[in-house]
Amino acid sequence: MSSSNPLVVTASPHLSTPDSTPRIMWTVVASLGPVLAAASYFFGVSALLVVAAATLGALVTEFWFGKGRTLLDGSAMITGILLGLTLPAGLPIWMAFVGGAFAIGFGKLIFGGLGQNVFNPALLGRAFLQAAFPVALTTWPKPGGTWWELRGDNLALPLMSAGATDAITGATPLGLMKFEHAGTPVSDLFFGTTGGSLGETSALVILLCGTYLALKNYLNWRIPVSVFAAVAILAEMLHLLDAPRFPAPAFMLFSGGLVLGATYMATDMVTSPVTNLGSWIFGAGIGVLVVVIRIWGGLAEGVMYGILLMNAMVPFINRVTQPRVFGTGRVTGVR
Amino acid sequence: MTHGAVEPASMTHGAPVAPRARRPVAPREDLLRGVWKENPVLVQVLGMCPTLAVTNSVANSIAMGLATLFVLVGSCVLVSGIRRWVPDQVRIATFVLIIATFVTVADMTLEAVAPAIHKSLGAFVPLIVVNCIILARAEAFASRQSVGRSALDALGMGFGFILTLLLMGTIREILGSGTLLGRSLFGPSYEPWVIMVLPPGGFLTLGALLLVVGWWRQRKAGRAVPVNEPACAPTVGKVA
Repeated sequence: MSSSNPLVVTASPHLSTPDSTPRIMWTVVASLGPVLAAASYFFGVSALLVVAAATLGALVTEFWFGKGRTLLDGSAMITGILLGLTLPAGLPIWMAFVGGAFAIGFGKLIFGGLGQNVFNPALLGRAFLQAAFPVALTTWPKPGGTWWELRGDNLALPLMSAGATDAITGATPLGLMKFEHAGTPVSDLFFGTTGGSLGETSALVILLCGTYLALKNYLNWRIPVSVFAAVAILAEMLHLLDAPRFPAPAFMLFSGGLVLGATYMATDMVTSPVTNLGSWIFGAGIGVLVVVIRIWGGLAEGVMYGILLMNAMVPFINRVTQPRVFGTGRVTGVR
Repeated sequence: MTHGAVEPASMTHGAPVAPRARRPVAPREDLLRGVWKENPVLVQVLGMCPTLAVTNSVANSIAMGLATLFVLVGSCVLVSGIRRWVPDQVRIATFVLIIATFVTVADMTLEAVAPAIHKSLGAFVPLIVVNCIILARAEAFASRQSVGRSALDALGMGFGFILTLLLMGTIREILGSGTLLGRSLFGPSYEPWVIMVLPPGGFLTLGALLLVVGWWRQRKAGRAVPVNEPACAPTVGKVA
């Protein structure tokens, strides 16, 4: 309302913000830059190849089936980059492309496009890839080696499986903990010098980028905080009960995709609750599910299914946490 | 219901209409209706259980389709043949009994002829008894029409069912195992999409097919038509 006439009469809304969907989306894309740089620092050119293929798959699908100029709003770009960051560095890039196409096609457009989807598209794409190509999705190259060295058979022909390479692979810290009961120093986890998917290695970079977005109010800080709190509290309780069997909270917090998932995927504006109380419930639910799946589930990592399951609960959370409209509701009696 | 305008033939079955002069339906129409216009799976969305459960390979799809076709034709002819002597109150029980008889025949024949396929189909052959397509055609068509028309209708519906299963089986087998009827298509280094032979693959394939068919029908109609509205209204007016 910067009109020269202070008495101009118009219909509401009278307050506006410079933020728009494309602006928020492109800011998030930019904030993923350092995360991408870290991934490429640890995994070399393979990281960029995988992320580029996943992003291309997402963009092509959005362009082909999306209506109007939805390609420019940046949300398909985010989905593609986030999906790429959840994949292992040695993945054949045609699989990453298929995952990106599935994420946008079946994760977003089929529901009616941006704002209509129930599940986080990037995680849905990853869930599809995990179910379709279970071996390729659990082959984790170790960081290290020269920048130009491929970390696996990235350039396998489309539809063909990855050939044998001499890339060094190994279990992720969570896999080591679950199947061999071997710990990993927390400092390694925090700075990212461990095996794992592209974006799950360096907690430090992701937390910095997340803090920037939270300060700009582009992500709801309540969700990551409640995820971390739930994981820390539950893990601490279990650790106190039986220390040799259950890992320490710091390990649970900084291993696997928890930091990336809690910061970038659980906070997806479309698939998280609209109320503040709902955000706390949502985040706590994810945290509990992550610990339960990691410790008692058959999988080493539970962030993906934890977030997807809580995504499904969002409509119900929204319904039960509606604030009472002022002036309505129960009559509490005259005092 | 908008399909009355789309498809005049459907007025002659389903809910009883006010007595008036009906034009005779060409046998060809009876036969072809089930293949495309009223395809039991893609348009009426009936018989979902076998469609989703056994279409992970072409061989399974063909066996299930043929067994269902046999049961469908047999029961519809028999139901139509005895329709004048069956009281309304016990008609469903009679239909189920007739269908169960044919299913038992199909089950035992399949076990004798192709034991491997019979084993991989598992419980889904006996479950043909509760396949909605068969009960729907018996109730909505065979119990009101002559034996000849019922047979043609059942044949058409059965073929529509087989074609759909075959389509799903082909997509799922090629993607999920890289084979067609057990023969390798892409060589040994093909990376199978494991999800496609698992239950989620069935849902994904069926959903994608329904999407394409719905889009096609909408485009043909030139306006929005309700895609999944069943083209036959089985018991309207008969159930009090």
